[in-house]
Amino acid sequence: MNTDGPSSVIKKLVSDLTLTPVICLLVLAVVVIVVLFAPLIAPHPEAAILTDESFSLPDNVMLLGSDFLGRDMLSRLIFGARVTLSVALTISVIAFVLGCALGFFAAVKRGWVDSILSRSVDALISFPAIMVALIVISALGSSITVLIVTIALIDSTRVFRVARALGMDIVVQDYIEAARVRGEKMGWIIWHEMLPNALAPLAAEFGIRFTYAILFISALSFLGLGVQAPHADLGVMVKENMQGLLYETYTPLYPALCIAIVTLSVNLLVDWFLKATDAALPDEL
Amino acid sequence: MNEQNQITPVFEVNGLCVSAQSRKRHLTPIVSDINFSIEPGKVTALIGESGSGKTTIALACLGFARAGCIVNAGSAKLGDVDVLKLSNHQRRSIRGKDIAYIAQSAAAAFNSSLTINRQVTETAVINGIMSQTQATDKAISLYRELDLPEPETIGQRYPHQVSGGQLQRLMAAMAMICDPQLLILDEPTTALDVTTQIEVLRSFKKLIRNKKTSAIYVSHDLAVVAQIADEVLVLKEGRVVEYGPITQIIDHPKHEYTIELINAAHVMPEQLPSARTPPTRSDDSMSLPLLSVNTVTAGYGNSHQYLALHDVNLEAFKSRTIGVIGESGSGKTTLGRVISGLMNIKSGSVALDGQPLNDNINRRDREQLRSIQFAFQMADVALNPRHRIDKILGRPLAFYFDIPQESIKDRVAKLLELVELPVEYARRFPRELSGGEKQRVNLARALAAEPKLIICDEITSALDTVVAKSILTLLSDLQSRTGVSYVFISHDISIIVKMADTIAVMREGRVVEYGTLEEVITPPHHPYTQQLLNSVPVMRTDWLDNLATT
Amino acid sequence: MTLFVLIIQRLLLGIAILFLVSVLIFVGTEILPGDVAQAILGQGATPELLENVRIRLGLNESAPTRYFRWLRNLLTGDLGASMVSGADIGQLLGERVWNTLLLAGVTALISVPLALMLGLLSAIKPNSLTDRVISVVSLSLISLPDFLIAIVLVMIFAVKLGWLPAIANIRPGLDFFTVARMMVLPVTVLVFTVLAHMVRMTRTAVINVLSSPATEMAILKGVPRWRLLLVHALPNALAPIANVVALNLAFLISGIVVVETLFNFSGLGRLMVESVTTRDIPVVQVCAMIFCAVYVLLNLLADIIAIVSNPRLRYPK
Repeated sequence: MNTDGPSSVIKKLVSDLTLTPVICLLVLAVVVIVVLFAPLIAPHPEAAILTDESFSLPDNVMLLGSDFLGRDMLSRLIFGARVTLSVALTISVIAFVLGCALGFFAAVKRGWVDSILSRSVDALISFPAIMVALIVISALGSSITVLIVTIALIDSTRVFRVARALGMDIVVQDYIEAARVRGEKMGWIIWHEMLPNALAPLAAEFGIRFTYAILFISALSFLGLGVQAPHADLGVMVKENMQGLLYETYTPLYPALCIAIVTLSVNLLVDWFLKATDAALPDEL
Repeated sequence: MNEQNQITPVFEVNGLCVSAQSRKRHLTPIVSDINFSIEPGKVTALIGESGSGKTTIALACLGFARAGCIVNAGSAKLGDVDVLKLSNHQRRSIRGKDIAYIAQSAAAAFNSSLTINRQVTETAVINGIMSQTQATDKAISLYRELDLPEPETIGQRYPHQVSGGQLQRLMAAMAMICDPQLLILDEPTTALDVTTQIEVLRSFKKLIRNKKTSAIYVSHDLAVVAQIADEVLVLKEGRVVEYGPITQIIDHPKHEYTIELINAAHVMPEQLPSARTPPTRSDDSMSLPLLSVNTVTAGYGNSHQYLALHDVNLEAFKSRTIGVIGESGSGKTTLGRVISGLMNIKSGSVALDGQPLNDNINRRDREQLRSIQFAFQMADVALNPRHRIDKILGRPLAFYFDIPQESIKDRVAKLLELVELPVEYARRFPRELSGGEKQRVNLARALAAEPKLIICDEITSALDTVVAKSILTLLSDLQSRTGVSYVFISHDISIIVKMADTIAVMREGRVVEYGTLEEVITPPHHPYTQQLLNSVPVMRTDWLDNLATT
Repeated sequence: MTLFVLIIQRLLLGIAILFLVSVLIFVGTEILPGDVAQAILGQGATPELLENVRIRLGLNESAPTRYFRWLRNLLTGDLGASMVSGADIGQLLGERVWNTLLLAGVTALISVPLALMLGLLSAIKPNSLTDRVISVVSLSLISLPDFLIAIVLVMIFAVKLGWLPAIANIRPGLDFFTVARMMVLPVTVLVFTVLAHMVRMTRTAVINVLSSPATEMAILKGVPRWRLLLVHALPNALAPIANVVALNLAFLISGIVVVETLFNFSGLGRLMVESVTTRDIPVVQVCAMIFCAVYVLLNLLADIIAIVSNPRLRYPK
């Protein structure tokens, strides 16, 4: 008999802990600490121009050299990562709360409620995500609020589909029927009966949505349509230092690598988590 | 058994062991030390409950082990060839041609994208035994032999275009296309309705007799096996507990497990225990119905587009059981859902103690909700896998009764005691319980509400016969102790006859016969009731043959 | 018969979606901003100037009137003029549409067969070494931003080795060889972006089909492996695979936008990004409409393939 309590899930997760997830967890821990305490950790202010030399080579003062304006690249990266991650986190939290709530609601209610919600989401999904973002930005301009709301909305349609599919699978189970026969209210059923059974796949989905938000906001910034001056995120830093390629420096590579390290760590963790908990996300993702 | 016999067996299994292999290469045996042999034209049955390893053995005879399993010892010889020692390529050429397989669910085993003929003739054609035309002709003659309708054209259809019973027979044609030396039938009638099962069983028997094919017949049902097998292996937890000719197993079983199996099998009306007092119309307890269903019509879809119940009338009485019997699609499950308020009614009414019940569950008051409880078929999915047993049982207590948190623990312990489970189970998760234990928790949850009526929807049909029997005994016990009434829904008339005081026979959404147990099982029967009664296999080897002549 | 009805239904639905897409694009770009005239002229605009622009753009009319005029013009091929340069949008698009189609086409031609092959390869033997390598590599590729792959490739092949040009400003009059040389890096980057998702989805789709009882039955019938894959599994996997390909178009489209900008490639994606930057609404509308229409139509095609490949719909009973 295998056990399936929360404590045993943790045991299983720990026993499946190979080198890869450990490294990913460490990387993410370091990133979180650096980002949280950016002003304390960054060696220089992000906007300070320390040299008149563009793309100077790394030295003792500037560990990663200077950027195209002569600012310290390392400090820029630390503050840039702070912007990227906080924007992406806000986006995914909003998308998640919205998508999950509506997805479960549609799964439990079914009928016309489900039809209306699902058809609206279908309509939104018949646009490629980047197109929705570009259309909205062309109309409203690119402010942080516009970016967060737009991408969160786009993302929530994907979360909706996942939550609805998971909910549909759970809602037909007899234990939900049993709760309904008992006379339980819908809120209680969603919270006590459904959510515990959807937790593992939803946690994985959150990781995936988070990486997606990071990549999306970075791509927009790289196109010059995302985060605007005076703020700068990692995508902006790739864009502004692109000319460095001509000088054979690695400068534009650093912010791109920062993004990749975070997204790769999260994705590998999600992979390990899904395998260890035997959870599965609905297909078509 | 037949060591001294002169006839050389067609197929011989010696010391077969199959194990499950974990990711760390750790082996756990599934079946061990299996020995048996099959003589030409004879049928050997593998009998056992779920987890006994019978399917594992059947698949190993084809040189196949499911993902995560390996055959780690023994031999399975077809003539002189050990199937287990062949290369992948050699094995492929034996499968389908020399050893053929009939799976439990034909609906799942047929490829939905290919025509039936294409799948039936495939093995013959790819092995170069016949041309496509020859193979098709052979298939048509097999269809005819299997009593399939329109044998000339049925093969041109796709699997979804024929019924389940027909598909099962078409799979037999697929298996017989190359005239294999050995046929393996894996629970071939289990997924079918009882009345269809008889037809299919009869076709299979005819085919095996006519072709003189040796066969392995896998089943959990000893009475079914008695109709078709010559020898029987009784399996328990991966080991053979008894092996011998069918008559010997049925009439003089040696091992206690075999005896248990036979005792738990179907009981026919004539074998009913006389201790039970059959209720009559004049009985006092039957004067005022606890629950009455009055000309209820209900259906699915928008505004009851697809009707599942037509003008259904029936009554349940205090401390009595009403048995509702029917095959799939008869509307018996819909009836349960209507009574419990999970489904709306189109016309008619349901009343409890003379008070009308709202058909919408949200409009029933707490007392009405508490009075009617539901016990589900699949205990596996009826218990939330993320809740411990004490939460599963504690919730209805907290929901229906205003009792303090501390005393819930004691009540949960009492409930576990009531269904004969150890008190320590309160801290367990459903997965840590066996199927029968889960079904007991399922019942305890219904009992927690101290209901007047429990709707039992096929609660024993997912269980092994021995476990099912213990659940039925528990149900009777609980009724005499608590005075609860049951609406007992089942497809199995032998169980209904054992449990019910009154019986409603349902077919296509209508009650075709309704009365006390005695009224229903005493001739003359309604023709459909007769058909159902005839469909219950009797633990006699000549039952099917005699039935065929009547 | 029902099959025919279903396809007609799906086509009508496709048209309805296209219509809806056009409404949303129009609403998104013209009604949300409040005052387009103000946006064009900036803060220093005088009331007279604003009024002039409004009249010129027809902004004083009701939204539905403007929408239907815009749609009629769009359908008759009159795409209007750029708000920024005044150039005719039809002319602006001309070459670029073909360039983008070339880029997308070559990418699809390489990535789709490659992805299906790799997906099948890892699905045949789940958890084998091949499967695990493919799975880890594709997961890593999914995690990388498009521009990282581009930067690394440019650094190696354009800057260090000097084998390929770092920009791909293809224009009329270039010979085939030059164009081909220019296309190598953009196409490679795009293939990498699209491939990973497609491989993973194909793997899931094929594993689902292969784990069915029908597959076990076919094995027990002695069907050889190639036949199992091609005759038994493929017809069932066709619908999910078509779906996978169509779904990945979304990644292709966003990839195109980034890659065109990065390589200075004269195509629709870059035009759109530039127009969004300068808020050249009419151009944005037309570009968005083209991208969305292609996306909707190809998804429609996948749907129809799914319908046609399903025998339950072809031969109802």
